[in-house]
Amino acid sequence: MTKFTKLSLAALALVGMSATAGTLEDTKKQGFVKCGVHVSNAGFSEVTSGGERKGMDVDGCRAVAAAVLGDASKVKYTPLNAKERFAALSSGEIDVLYRGTTWTETRDTSLGLNFAGVNYYDGQGFLVKNSDGIKNAAELDGATFCIQAGTTTELNVADYFRANKMAYKVNTYDSNDQVIKSYESGRCDVITSDASQLYGIRSTLKDPSGHTVLPEIISKEPLGPVVRQGDDAWFNIIKWSYNAMVEAEELGVTSQNVNKMKTSDSPAIKRLLGTEGNMGANLGLSADFAYNIIKQVGNYGEIFERNIGMNTPLKMKRGLNDLWTRGGLQYSPPFR
Amino acid sequence: MAVHNQKAVREAPANTKGIIHWLQENLFSTPSNIALTLLGAYIIYSILPPFLQWAYFDANFAGDSKAQCTGDGACWTFVKVKMDMFMYGFYPEDQVWRLQAGVVLFFLLIGFFYFSKSNKLKIIAFTSYMIVAILLITGGMFGLEVVETDKWGGLMLTIVVAAVGIVFSFPIGIILAFGRASELPIIKSICITYIEFIRGVPLITILFMSSVILPLFFPEGITFDKLLRALIGITLFQAAYVAEIIRGGLQSIPRGQYEAADAIGLSYWQKMLLVILPQALKVAIPNLVGAFISLFQDTTLVLIIGLLDLLSMVGVAAGDSAWLGMETEGYVFVTFVFWAFCYGMSRYSNKLEKQFNTELK
Amino acid sequence: MLNALRNRKVRGILFQLLTVLGLVAFLWYIGSNTMHNIEQRGIKTGFAFLDNSAGFGISEAPVAYTETDTHGRVFFVGLLNTLIVSFYGIIFATILGILIGVLRLSNNWLIRKLSSAYIDIFRNIPLLLQILFWYNVVLKALPSPKQSMEFKGDIFLNNRGLIIPSPDMNSTTITIIISFLVALVSIYFLNRWAKKKQEDTGNDFPTFLVSIGILVVLPILAYFIGGANFNFDIPALKGFNFVGGKTISPEFLALTLALVIYTATFIAEAVRSGIEAVNKGQKEAAASIGLSSYQSLKLVVLPQAIRIAIPPVINQYLNLIKNSSLAAAIGYPEIVTLFSGTSLNQVGQAIEIIAITMLVYLTMSISVSVLLNWLNHKIKIKER
Repeated sequence: MTKFTKLSLAALALVGMSATAGTLEDTKKQGFVKCGVHVSNAGFSEVTSGGERKGMDVDGCRAVAAAVLGDASKVKYTPLNAKERFAALSSGEIDVLYRGTTWTETRDTSLGLNFAGVNYYDGQGFLVKNSDGIKNAAELDGATFCIQAGTTTELNVADYFRANKMAYKVNTYDSNDQVIKSYESGRCDVITSDASQLYGIRSTLKDPSGHTVLPEIISKEPLGPVVRQGDDAWFNIIKWSYNAMVEAEELGVTSQNVNKMKTSDSPAIKRLLGTEGNMGANLGLSADFAYNIIKQVGNYGEIFERNIGMNTPLKMKRGLNDLWTRGGLQYSPPFR
Repeated sequence: MAVHNQKAVREAPANTKGIIHWLQENLFSTPSNIALTLLGAYIIYSILPPFLQWAYFDANFAGDSKAQCTGDGACWTFVKVKMDMFMYGFYPEDQVWRLQAGVVLFFLLIGFFYFSKSNKLKIIAFTSYMIVAILLITGGMFGLEVVETDKWGGLMLTIVVAAVGIVFSFPIGIILAFGRASELPIIKSICITYIEFIRGVPLITILFMSSVILPLFFPEGITFDKLLRALIGITLFQAAYVAEIIRGGLQSIPRGQYEAADAIGLSYWQKMLLVILPQALKVAIPNLVGAFISLFQDTTLVLIIGLLDLLSMVGVAAGDSAWLGMETEGYVFVTFVFWAFCYGMSRYSNKLEKQFNTELK
Repeated sequence: MLNALRNRKVRGILFQLLTVLGLVAFLWYIGSNTMHNIEQRGIKTGFAFLDNSAGFGISEAPVAYTETDTHGRVFFVGLLNTLIVSFYGIIFATILGILIGVLRLSNNWLIRKLSSAYIDIFRNIPLLLQILFWYNVVLKALPSPKQSMEFKGDIFLNNRGLIIPSPDMNSTTITIIISFLVALVSIYFLNRWAKKKQEDTGNDFPTFLVSIGILVVLPILAYFIGGANFNFDIPALKGFNFVGGKTISPEFLALTLALVIYTATFIAEAVRSGIEAVNKGQKEAAASIGLSSYQSLKLVVLPQAIRIAIPPVINQYLNLIKNSSLAAAIGYPEIVTLFSGTSLNQVGQAIEIIAITMLVYLTMSISVSVLLNWLNHKIKIKER
């Protein structure tokens, strides 16, 4: 029987065990942040040909690692599909979920989760083939939709078409991959999902210019990072590592000029970068946590443009995700 | 004394030998037989030539980009370029030698099994192979870099899942089979309940259970790797089937063997492990190979819980924007790989079965 | 005390006691952890969710369903779809399996080889791969609704499915359906009567021909009795899709096709080994008492072959039912896709939902094995 005990010992290497002193201490001890991300979602979490992960959500994880450990590369990514994401978070397989998760009342209150902010304001839209000649959602009567399971999408479609008294059909698949395949093979007329995803999907289609995202947005989808309930210190760190990036953009601090800004006279910048006040200590982090984030990851505007902005294949406008000072919704409470 | 001259051997009548006769007998004996032959010929004609045309004569093998696939047929260039992905998933390129070493060692092990006579040595060799293989694949010791399980994929993952499933389900299956054959009523009913429960539900529900519910069973802080959860599910599933096969073997052992073992004063475990089990296993081997074939096919189900086995790699590889629309080639290639493995094993099991049949006669 | 341990019975009881204790401790550990985790994570428990409105649409529902219906209704729709796909799968797999199994023993060399090639090819390809192949490769090759393939002007095949005319539900249609049922019942009784007669008098009655006659004549009569008004709702292209007729979805087609092709290989093998297992002496004995080859097949070989073939075939039916759960990969809305998939995602109560789903399959498995035991008992050769 000894061989089986040996083998099971080897298998135990795959079972993680961690003391639950508090997520911050555990993370410091492990030396990396356990972050759950989308398996593959262009612009938000994708694997480059070099095998690295990149994207908006990935940069969120990196910001946490920069704040806690001082090194943005110290992240262990766990790719998750929609169905398993909350279980992974509550079981401790991951400590923060950065995976385009819509903040809803039910999720916030009945799943034992806390939403730590909104890193992308999204809404559900429709992707159609130009050859079908559809110009707006009102013409979608009788259409067949492809949807990925495990999302709020199927509920929104049902609500929208019921409210507008139109007929529709849905085909629900477990994987995003199968959704795209079925759309390409003509099984359905429309893909409906968060608009951000639709732009991503369009950029991976054979002929991106042959497909359009319709102007209608039928739902509010505030997407943001999620943590477990019951660890407020960790909750705060996720919240403020994100806010730091938004605040930095508002104050004009970028990864390029952050070293110079350290000597700025502006009290707001001083407090953000930790040369004044004790923002870091309040969070249980070093004083320069925000400096590390901005230096290694960038401010919100930078990560937006780098991953999904007009110079990327996704070509997304800032829109709702512009700073509040320019008419958008991105707004950080003051660092004070 | 009369001399008997042996007469020259006469040839068989012309109409009972030769190719013409064979054709007559086997293909054109009656009108209905002729009709069947024509039907069969038509089926072959309508499937085989177009397939060969597509898969071979019009196919593209050269080059390394989609643009070089100019013919009407299959674009095997795709499979060629993505071969590493189909075989090893996202396993780091500079570490792939570890997997190749594992395969080489496996063939050495087979060779050793072929020549070695000692069962003890075989068990030692097998155990050390398992340990070395696990070390090679996961790393983390002897200066080997750790390769996280989310990088595992392709054929390698399929084989890992199937191998772990069969190796670990085996001892559990034996214990369950003993339990079911036992005279102790409570043990017996526990084993029957387990076996019948598992055999009554589809594997996919067990996989869902192990991926969604299993984490709830343990205190906070203990987490299972996604792959490990799937492996637990598959092992628990397979164990019930192995148990039933071994029970079949146990039932074929004559009562006298049990009684003889009792008579010479062996304990229960001595009797079962030294006398009964070796004989039962021998009878059960063809069916165990059969169960392994189904397990090998069942590994594709891990696709549904998001692991990237050989079958899911088709989607991943054809999702690359440089190679869109290559699913057909991917599916045909993967089909061939699975078929070759399963067909090879089923021939092997047929051979074993025949061998045992003659031994019993 | 030590002496008691040497007693086999005492040891047995002790061992069982320890096992039960171990099992209870393990279950208690798991149970308490689960309760604790559920409470801590604020996950709801209980079955109240079954009465909550589901809120999502279902692509094909055999009974009326709207988004405002409950999760309980969703469960019912999923269960029905599982039963439907299993029903058609079993019927067609049986037909194909028996055909291939018999052809495998044909005198014709080519046909024999073709059937064994069929078996060797399809039983060695994973079922899920076959499902995905039919769904992703074949579907892709089909035209869009506007360029549908057309058969005789009223059957259409496109990437939205197979669209066939459906009969109007008027008096003629209903009488014809009833006449079919009447025909089936009367054939059953005819067979019993013929068998009894054959056993009593030795005279053979041409049951097969008469049965076919009944099956043809009764519905024709019913057609005229019901008013000779048999109309079809012919599908027509309108907007995005076809209107009218009955649409059989690609998901259903791909799933059923793969299940039938795969399961038929196993049924064929069962049928073949059943026929081969009949002792050669039986056929020779039948021939020596002067039975014709048809009589020998019908009265001697088949009754014995069926006894051997039925248990493995029924096991294959059970496998087919369980395998229909692979629909989750292509989104055919049966119980696993719909209830353990979409509903689970909306409700989040994994334990309850997966337990219910497993219970459904267990119930089906147990009923099938009860049926099998009953059949085995019934067809057992009664020694006289």
